[in-house]
Amino acid sequence: MNKIIEKEQLNNNVVKLIIDAPRIAEKRKAGHFVIVKIDDKGERIPLTIADADAKKGTITLVIQKVGVTSHKLSLMEEGDILTDVVGPLGNATEIENEGTVLCAGGGVGIAPLLPIARAFKEAGNRVVSVLAARNKDLIILEEEMKECSDELIIMTDDGSYGKQGLVTHGMEEILDKEKVNLAVTIGPAIMMKFASQTTKKYNVPTIASLNTIMVDGTGMCGACRVTVDGKTKFVCVDGPEFDAHKIDFDEMIMRLGAYQEQERKDYENYLETL
Amino acid sequence: MDNIQETLKAERQKPWREEIRKAIKPKDRTSMQRVKMPEQEPDVRNKNHKEVNRGLTEQMAVKEAQRCLDCANPTCISGCPVGINIPKFIKRIEQGEFLESAKVLKETNALPAVCGRVCPQEVQCEASCFYVQKLKKDPVAIGFLERFAADYERNSGNISIPEVKKKNGIKVGIIGSGPSGLAVAGDMVKWGYDVTVFEALHEIGGVLKYGIPEFRLPNEIVDVEIENLKSMGVKFKTNFVVGTTGSVDDLREEGFEAFFVGSGAGLPRFMNIKGENYRRIFSSNEYLTRVNLMNAANPDYDTPVFSGKNVAVIGGGNTAMDSVRTSKRLGAEKSMIIYRRSIEEMPARVEEVEHAKEEDIIFMNLNNPVEYFADENGNVNRMRVQKMELGEPDSSGRRRPVPLEGSEYEVDVDTVVVAIGVSPNPLIPASMPELDVTDWGTIKVDQDSMQSSVEDVFAGGDIVRGGATVILAMGDGRKAAAGMHSYIQEKAGKRKS
Repeated sequence: MNKIIEKEQLNNNVVKLIIDAPRIAEKRKAGHFVIVKIDDKGERIPLTIADADAKKGTITLVIQKVGVTSHKLSLMEEGDILTDVVGPLGNATEIENEGTVLCAGGGVGIAPLLPIARAFKEAGNRVVSVLAARNKDLIILEEEMKECSDELIIMTDDGSYGKQGLVTHGMEEILDKEKVNLAVTIGPAIMMKFASQTTKKYNVPTIASLNTIMVDGTGMCGACRVTVDGKTKFVCVDGPEFDAHKIDFDEMIMRLGAYQEQERKDYENYLETL
Repeated sequence: MDNIQETLKAERQKPWREEIRKAIKPKDRTSMQRVKMPEQEPDVRNKNHKEVNRGLTEQMAVKEAQRCLDCANPTCISGCPVGINIPKFIKRIEQGEFLESAKVLKETNALPAVCGRVCPQEVQCEASCFYVQKLKKDPVAIGFLERFAADYERNSGNISIPEVKKKNGIKVGIIGSGPSGLAVAGDMVKWGYDVTVFEALHEIGGVLKYGIPEFRLPNEIVDVEIENLKSMGVKFKTNFVVGTTGSVDDLREEGFEAFFVGSGAGLPRFMNIKGENYRRIFSSNEYLTRVNLMNAANPDYDTPVFSGKNVAVIGGGNTAMDSVRTSKRLGAEKSMIIYRRSIEEMPARVEEVEHAKEEDIIFMNLNNPVEYFADENGNVNRMRVQKMELGEPDSSGRRRPVPLEGSEYEVDVDTVVVAIGVSPNPLIPASMPELDVTDWGTIKVDQDSMQSSVEDVFAGGDIVRGGATVILAMGDGRKAAAGMHSYIQEKAGKRKS
């Protein structure tokens, strides 16, 4: 039982929820995720922890409306209760002083990128960030990212904010002008695929944090399996971060759509009930 | 051991036992036929999720109890991993004292209604029954009777709570709420300990909930047994992953004096063959968890599951049988078992294989998948299978399956469930580097006390065995409870002196 302490609408499709979860708040590190189940009949979904306050005993989750559960979550209000939140799960990001770290986030992926960018900054790195989305509305957490970045580039597909272009254009701009020691990319799978191809051209080691389908999140079901360097890995216990240059993104994208048809139907039915 | 033998002997000499033993001549007892379990009709049950076995009636149970000879040397007990006083509970049934019978079960077994349903009695207590050993006849239906007594008590609304010793205030932590953890919890709470069970999932019961389907073990029955433990004083904490939500060290600081790790064999194995990551190829854990734990087949619940028409389940164990029979209930037209050995060598219980056959499951034995194919969306649509033949016996004593060159052929499938076993869950060992583990990732323990290389940590069930049965896990749990109890007592003794 976890109470929603605070809610903020980041844009039409994205909400930020601050949730009471003292144990998780105390233990979590950058890169960790939780599994959330909103009510007795709900499904279990993985969500990366965007922020936490150990003193207040809260964690921050950022949710984009894409299906039944995320839509229901986005409609929940301060004071509402989530029946189940478990974590922190997965392996934390390995934070070292690498030199210069390029953080590339797409859409709602900016939320899980934030604690990682912060941690790299605190470890003494120069942090350069590229935030990308389809349009101005979808760029989230800009202020927070600015605070922990030495330089920040914003890219939008339609040019409604920042520069017009894809995340990779912003990344190339950085990579062309300075030596980058490590890149981190989080966002839609297709975006991570191209971000990873970009850094590969520049020989910059890159990690991607994956958000695959999961049920239990503790290694039990194998729904989250991905191929990394030719081997099957479980995102929940082996990840969620992997060497981006070795991830089979095409397979990951294919597997992410496993319940597409059913989920679309369920979502349409659900929207009719609203 | 002598002590137990003495107790059993004394129990057997009590007047009520003598009386009931003499009521029917042994010859008349042995000439009776073993009871048949009433079942739902196969073509009805393979379309619903209700229990297949419907349980014995009172008359049936009393009659079956009459077959038991109440042997002077009850070999059946030695076949029971938790040491149930089998003749005593059966003779209580013969007497018509069904509630008393249930009490006997609960002296040594925290989950009698569960064990009566899922234990492989045919290789344990019933295999050691005098009828099998000496008379070459069908054994007394010990499992059916166990289930009867437990069900009778539950349905009577008159559930007895085993006696609990005065609270000693010593905190013990149980990691995992599956069968081994619940067995430890049951014993420790009886002895007065302050017991907390930590569970990573949102529901209590472990494999009893996520793994074993409703048609074999309804969740409601597991819940009643858990309620019993709660009323004895066991505390349960769900959504708590020991190692991450709180470490064993944190719990030590919070005053826990000993731990039992029963975190199970959480990690599903795959064959690592081409195409195995296509969509609609599931591990049995995923498939069963969606249906059993998350209620995916019920449209009121949000979790999806794919209900295929041509389902292939890879494997020959109980989990494979559970998966293939589940697929039929989700509406499959063709549900197939694909297993590399012959039907006789399948590790599944005979009862499960028989039930599956009756439910129109197709058995493709001596066949092994070699590759999967998919449509343009990545949904599996065909698999290539290779025929096998049996060669020389391997280390398990079973004849080794050898591929027949050039025998490959293709089978149309739209769903595949891989049920070839599980590996130990890595979370606990990973969070406790000081814990000695085997190359397989199982925790090393002393065989008698179940104590690990870390003195206050005990372990049992699949995290030690790598993949076994509910009752073996419970047997480990009982041994571990005894080991933990004497460890704590010794430590307290040292403190005093």
